[in-house]
Amino acid sequence: MKILVAAKRVVDYNVKVRVRSDHSGVETANVKMSMNPFDEIAVEEAIRFKEAGHGDEVVVASIGPRQCEEVLRTALAMGADRGVLVRSDAALEPLAVARLLGVLAEREKSDLILLGKQAIDDDANQTGQMLAALLGWAQGTFACRLEAVQDGLRVTREIDGGLETLFMPLPAVVTADLRLNEPRYPKLPNIMKAKKKPLETLDGDSLGVDISPRLHTLRVSAPEPRKGGVRVTDVAELVDRLRNEAKVL
Amino acid sequence: MTQATLLLAEHDNSELAPSTYATVTAAVAMGGAIDILVAGDGCAGVASTAAAIPGIRRVQLAEAEALRHPLAEQLAALVLDLAPEYTHLVAPATTFGKNVLPRIAALLDSQQVSDIVAVESHDTFIRPIYAGNALATVRSTDGKKVITVRPTAFERADSHGGEAAITAIDVPELPPLSTFVDEDLNQSDRPQLDSARIVVSGGRGLGSGENFRIIEELADLLNGAVGASRAAVDAGYVPNDYQVGQTGKVVAPDLYIAVGISGAIQHLAGMAGSKVIVAINKDEEAPIFEVADYGLVGDLFTIVPELVEAIRASR
Repeated sequence: MKILVAAKRVVDYNVKVRVRSDHSGVETANVKMSMNPFDEIAVEEAIRFKEAGHGDEVVVASIGPRQCEEVLRTALAMGADRGVLVRSDAALEPLAVARLLGVLAEREKSDLILLGKQAIDDDANQTGQMLAALLGWAQGTFACRLEAVQDGLRVTREIDGGLETLFMPLPAVVTADLRLNEPRYPKLPNIMKAKKKPLETLDGDSLGVDISPRLHTLRVSAPEPRKGGVRVTDVAELVDRLRNEAKVL
Repeated sequence: MTQATLLLAEHDNSELAPSTYATVTAAVAMGGAIDILVAGDGCAGVASTAAAIPGIRRVQLAEAEALRHPLAEQLAALVLDLAPEYTHLVAPATTFGKNVLPRIAALLDSQQVSDIVAVESHDTFIRPIYAGNALATVRSTDGKKVITVRPTAFERADSHGGEAAITAIDVPELPPLSTFVDEDLNQSDRPQLDSARIVVSGGRGLGSGENFRIIEELADLLNGAVGASRAAVDAGYVPNDYQVGQTGKVVAPDLYIAVGISGAIQHLAGMAGSKVIVAINKDEEAPIFEVADYGLVGDLFTIVPELVEAIRASR
């Protein structure tokens, strides 16, 4: 089984973003960037699948500027076999990313594509579903458990009411939720080894894919801050204020 | 083409989910005629419920055994057949809509607008990005707008007064891609987390699943729902569907009581829209206090039982 994993470079999980004063977006200059945490879970799952004897090769792909190589090196240090960087300096929307990944999947003859359920920057939660649609494959979104079974996969999904388990034949696209696994920290010798693993660069404009933006971002603003609250001294004061001031009890 | 919206109803074949009513309100704000698609198995009753919502032109009822569970591949194929009539396709941004709508968008060559919290016009919407730390106003240039709606950001539409016609549609052959195996739904008599008027949430500070009983006791006293931070879910104190946050459920109750929750930005993203927020935490530096209307510093194991007693006594 050939596994393709997609990993996005995003503003680090711990950074509190600031909106630019001209409202054109959020400040990303001199901000720590790292792999989208959900994609990290997807990378980990792909590697575990291979380690369990279900996969022959784990290829990790990232789409974006040159610096996405760092994300790929991290995935290679975790245990992926090979990296592909699709270079593009354009601001790519999920549909464009799905199209580019679709081309890669055909080129790599992938049987299973794993990616995070959403990226923590645009919070769109679309790419995996769109990719499955474009390829005509089954989709298992928000996965918290993945099992290889005869002729396909059993995917347990986190849904609003609890859990749902689906069977799907391969090829398929699976998107990772938080509790699918806990990603490993790359060990130093593996980080060194990762530097020698193959990393190919493709030009995003040469793949024959329409990546033009469909959405115009007119304005990005900071949400209304909540008005500062008060500290109450004890339970009696809290109950009194909830009842008589806030009128919610 | 005259503007018309197809709204995918979320339901369990017997009841229409509250998220559907909120999505109707957003669709009304976009303008044009609104049809609701009720796709399922043995769900004619749901179609009648949907037809009673004021402002709906028509309810499209698609019944087939293959539609018993809302599988994305099957639903997408069905909607694709209906899509030519519509300029807008909308669904709630719940795990139901998030799963199926992007698949439809891609097949229609449309860049979906996810999780909108406000409608500016038929093609312009506001949506949170970066866990709600920024709000983007975006205009869709696609011929077909595909939109998911954050249910807590819109009032729920009325459930009575409408008399939309119900049209049964022929269900085309649906691709047998994924199939349903089983589900493990959490049964509870409490109000649903995403539609409750009061939510009491616990975090890592609870220390164990057993200790969550004090959260449940407070929630039950207030007829509220029980929520949790990611830390509490990851630690196994409570099931996954309790999670409030950027990647869990987004809630906006009248009263949100956060107990033993530090207030990571990912958690705040899921509850900062609440009308009144109470924080109970022993760490007075905890970020949750920055968004709380009422903060109480102290040991939750003392405060919560006291709070239960005080509310009982004052009734």
